[in-house]
Amino acid sequence: MSGGASTTSSPLPEPFAGWFAARGWAPRSHQLEMVEKGRAGRGALLIAPTGGGKTLAGFLPSLIDLTERPRPNTPAGVHTLYISPLKALAVDVERNLLAPIAEMKLPIIAESRTGDTGIARRQRQRVKPPDILLTTPEQLALFCAWEGARRYFEDLKCVIIDEIHAIWPSKRGDLLSLGLARLATFAPHCRRVGLSATVDDPDLIRDWLSPGARDEVDLVRGAPGAAPVVDVLLSEDRVPWAGHTARHAMPEVYDAIRAARTALVFVNTRFQAEFAFQELWRLNEDSLAIALHHGSLAAEQRRKVEAAMARGSLRAVVCTSTLDLGIDWGDVDLVIQLASPKGASRMVQRIGRANHRLDEPSRALFVPANRFEMLECQAAREAIAENAFDQETRRSGALDVLAQHIMGCACSEPFDLVALHAEIAGAGPYKDLSWEDYEAVVDFVATGGYALRVYDRFARIVRGQDGLWRARNAEMILRHRLNIGAIVSPAMLSVRIAAGRRAVPGRKIGEVEEGYLELLETGDTFVFAGAVWRLVAVTGTDVLVTPAPGEDAKMPSWGGSKFALSTFLAQKVRAMMSDAHHWRVLPDDVREWLEIQRDRSIIPGPDEMLLETFPRGQRHFLVCYPFEGRLAHTTLAMLLTRRLERAGVGPLGFVCNDYALAVWSLKPMAGLDFADLFDSDMLGDDLEAWLAESSMMKAAFKACALISGLIDQRSPKDRKSGRQVTFSTDLIYDVLRRHQPDHLLLRCARADAAQGLIDVKRLGLMLERIRGRIRHAELDHLSPFSVSVILEIGRQRAPGEGAGEMILMDAAEDLIAEAVA
Amino acid sequence: MSAAALLAETASQHPLGGLTLTLAGEAVVCRPSGALWVEAAQALIVADLHLEKGSFYAVRGQMLPPYDTAETLRRLAGEVAALRPEIVVFLGDSFHDRGAEARLGPDDCAALSGIACGRRLVWVTGNHDPDAPASLPGDAAETIRVGPLTLVHEPLPGAAPGEIAGHLHPCARVRARGASVRRRCFVTDGARMILPAFGALTGGLNIRDTAYRGLFRPRPLAAVLGAGRVHAVGWASLRDD
Repeated sequence: MSGGASTTSSPLPEPFAGWFAARGWAPRSHQLEMVEKGRAGRGALLIAPTGGGKTLAGFLPSLIDLTERPRPNTPAGVHTLYISPLKALAVDVERNLLAPIAEMKLPIIAESRTGDTGIARRQRQRVKPPDILLTTPEQLALFCAWEGARRYFEDLKCVIIDEIHAIWPSKRGDLLSLGLARLATFAPHCRRVGLSATVDDPDLIRDWLSPGARDEVDLVRGAPGAAPVVDVLLSEDRVPWAGHTARHAMPEVYDAIRAARTALVFVNTRFQAEFAFQELWRLNEDSLAIALHHGSLAAEQRRKVEAAMARGSLRAVVCTSTLDLGIDWGDVDLVIQLASPKGASRMVQRIGRANHRLDEPSRALFVPANRFEMLECQAAREAIAENAFDQETRRSGALDVLAQHIMGCACSEPFDLVALHAEIAGAGPYKDLSWEDYEAVVDFVATGGYALRVYDRFARIVRGQDGLWRARNAEMILRHRLNIGAIVSPAMLSVRIAAGRRAVPGRKIGEVEEGYLELLETGDTFVFAGAVWRLVAVTGTDVLVTPAPGEDAKMPSWGGSKFALSTFLAQKVRAMMSDAHHWRVLPDDVREWLEIQRDRSIIPGPDEMLLETFPRGQRHFLVCYPFEGRLAHTTLAMLLTRRLERAGVGPLGFVCNDYALAVWSLKPMAGLDFADLFDSDMLGDDLEAWLAESSMMKAAFKACALISGLIDQRSPKDRKSGRQVTFSTDLIYDVLRRHQPDHLLLRCARADAAQGLIDVKRLGLMLERIRGRIRHAELDHLSPFSVSVILEIGRQRAPGEGAGEMILMDAAEDLIAEAVA
Repeated sequence: MSAAALLAETASQHPLGGLTLTLAGEAVVCRPSGALWVEAAQALIVADLHLEKGSFYAVRGQMLPPYDTAETLRRLAGEVAALRPEIVVFLGDSFHDRGAEARLGPDDCAALSGIACGRRLVWVTGNHDPDAPASLPGDAAETIRVGPLTLVHEPLPGAAPGEIAGHLHPCARVRARGASVRRRCFVTDGARMILPAFGALTGGLNIRDTAYRGLFRPRPLAAVLGAGRVHAVGWASLRDD
């Protein structure tokens, strides 16, 4: 064990010192430091690598305090509130926490409460609070909207936020920070503790966590773990030019699983998970216990896999980001990343899943699915070795989340306008919230925030004669509680086996997001939950399927990863590519590919952008390689298309991946002024005009409308149905845009779209970076680099704006064809 | 050949915008706004305005924008200005609920008066608004005939050719290029037609839904509203939601 004091002079009281000693352990220095912080009543952020006893370090001060406290005369409230981003994690920690409590026979009750907790237990927990309550951000928000919240939490001494690095930079994090601010009002002396994996800039998290200045939260660092051992699979089969499946490498992946005790196989999308699972079982001659875990599987199925994993009865789990976070599976000794990791920080997290309990290095194997990914995997590997991470930026709290929270406060107890503003300013992301914005949000909560003030008499919250604001009636409260949370889940469809000849819905095998099957037609086969199914029909909220064993499933195309390539990793990839000396770490075929690219086209310098033009078929192509991720590329392609239209070259379509984008047109583009074409002024009016109409903006608006409570995701009438949204938010968006373009929700949606969906900021930085540094190669035919993106043509959906009209025109042409046939 | 393909053969783009189709022998223009223009009778027909839908929900605590009536009437005024009809027929469910007329703001009342100026308004009654408007210009009727066409709110199975109705808020999910798009649409088999909802906040019901069963000959045509034009789309390109 690292950094431990000897057991004889242990600063831990009994029975803790004895408990450690009995196991042959010594407490680690950061665990002791956390105990000191607890005794001093200080807030703390603990940064320690996975496997460093982090969770126990978080709980130790509370366990000691609870053990040493005098028996209270009155029943005590909750002493420590532990919040985890994952439902499953709260369950898992309950297990890990209960073990020491039981072994030391501590007089402490610890219980979890999640969305899955039964009604009887919830009610009992309200009447008789446990000493330690383990829960999720959403449950805290529910507590905050409960009329008994103040009394329930008045004895609270400590809030622990686990995996804080994963929560804080999100709307869930915003909601959680507001909940923390509320708790601080109920229990002013409650201290805050954050537990985090290694991050680039701990101060950002301290700012977020601290009720005031960041130095109210002390930084505690664990000793760094052993450096992970990361290999990149150099497949004997050649690395493919394009694609995302890594099918070529499956036999080697299988061998790696066979050689490991237990492996986690991470993939980037659910389709990839299904595909890899299918492929591995095809090869599974030894019938190794290989399981599947992703967000579309039915919850009970996921729980089963988690339980089997915890028992150590699985050899491998193919999973998506659903298993990114810290469920403690000590037996995992290998993490395999299929297709590229996209970001160094996430990858470190994933690698940390291996050897959770040991001070051995974690082992990881990267399996690139194409040649650019080979570069990316190498870059990620080097970043991990250098301990370099993706950078985050400071977060400003979202106003739609604030609206939800304010409604919640009104549901709990009447509030004073000024006092609540002061309370909210104690939430990290809302420290700079202006009074104007705050009032606008309160007005929105009350009457929708419309300039046309016709709804005053229908207000959801009203100001009483005592000057305090409260929810108008019980129905408003009930509706709010049903709709708490900052995760907008897409409407889900149940996948059911079609029973009988009339194909009525039968047994449920899982759930899929609406739109997941968009690319499939009735009669098509697809893989889901590890088996092949034929799509029979979609009726209401049910997808009816029949088993189609042995059939070759149609693989709908997927856009690779939903995560964009991180800026940091992209930079490393560009640097590696431009440095021919660096190429020797790459396998022969990838090196040859770079050499041919150098001979036939250009290898750009690290800050340059390569732009190729060439004819192909009846079309002219422009391919450029910004390496800024699919989102930024899609935005760029939309804007370029508008400009190319104005330039009169007749652009016909475009396609993007994480590395490149290709536009094709009727007329040649080689003679264009590229400096002009890529001028950053495209981010002005063109962007505005495009964004307003874009489906991304409408999606962002929908999320804001749901989170803010403008419309309900669930209504009291149909609590269970999958399709809850009763209004078309697109129609609301259109009406609002015309009649009140500065409405609060449009502001929220614009901010969200610019940040998350179109990556405007990143695009802006890129355009600055390449100014004067565009390297144009005019070619006779496509280049080795361009193959990866050209091969995506036809596999991707028609992209965004204007696509709607194109689809309608095409469909109309089909009818004319039928008419004249 | 499907009903849709037969219709498509004779369909044409109207010079003022919209798709001209033949319905029970009469030329009608499906406008990109969702209104139907019967040139011979100089009649403009709009269905399912659902005025004051926003305020209806606001009363119940869902603060939808209070601009839907203004927006719907703005679009209607645009059609009236472009086509100068002699008669404007509201095909029922013009108001979202019985209390809607009383909630109309003064500006919206004025806009309606402006639309009524110099022409006749006919309010066909619907299930949401079974009573005639109390204080607005125009006449109420359960049905009205325009040439060979019969205008009613709710389509009836087995009705005679020439019926034009609303009520169902038809919408089409159109698929091509490996993607799909959902838009409001007219639906017709050449004998009868259902109009899309004209209201700004009125949603749609997919025309493949069972609610449309028995109303049309097999494989009717969807005249789908696009940007500035109406697209004739055949059944084969349509999908469930």
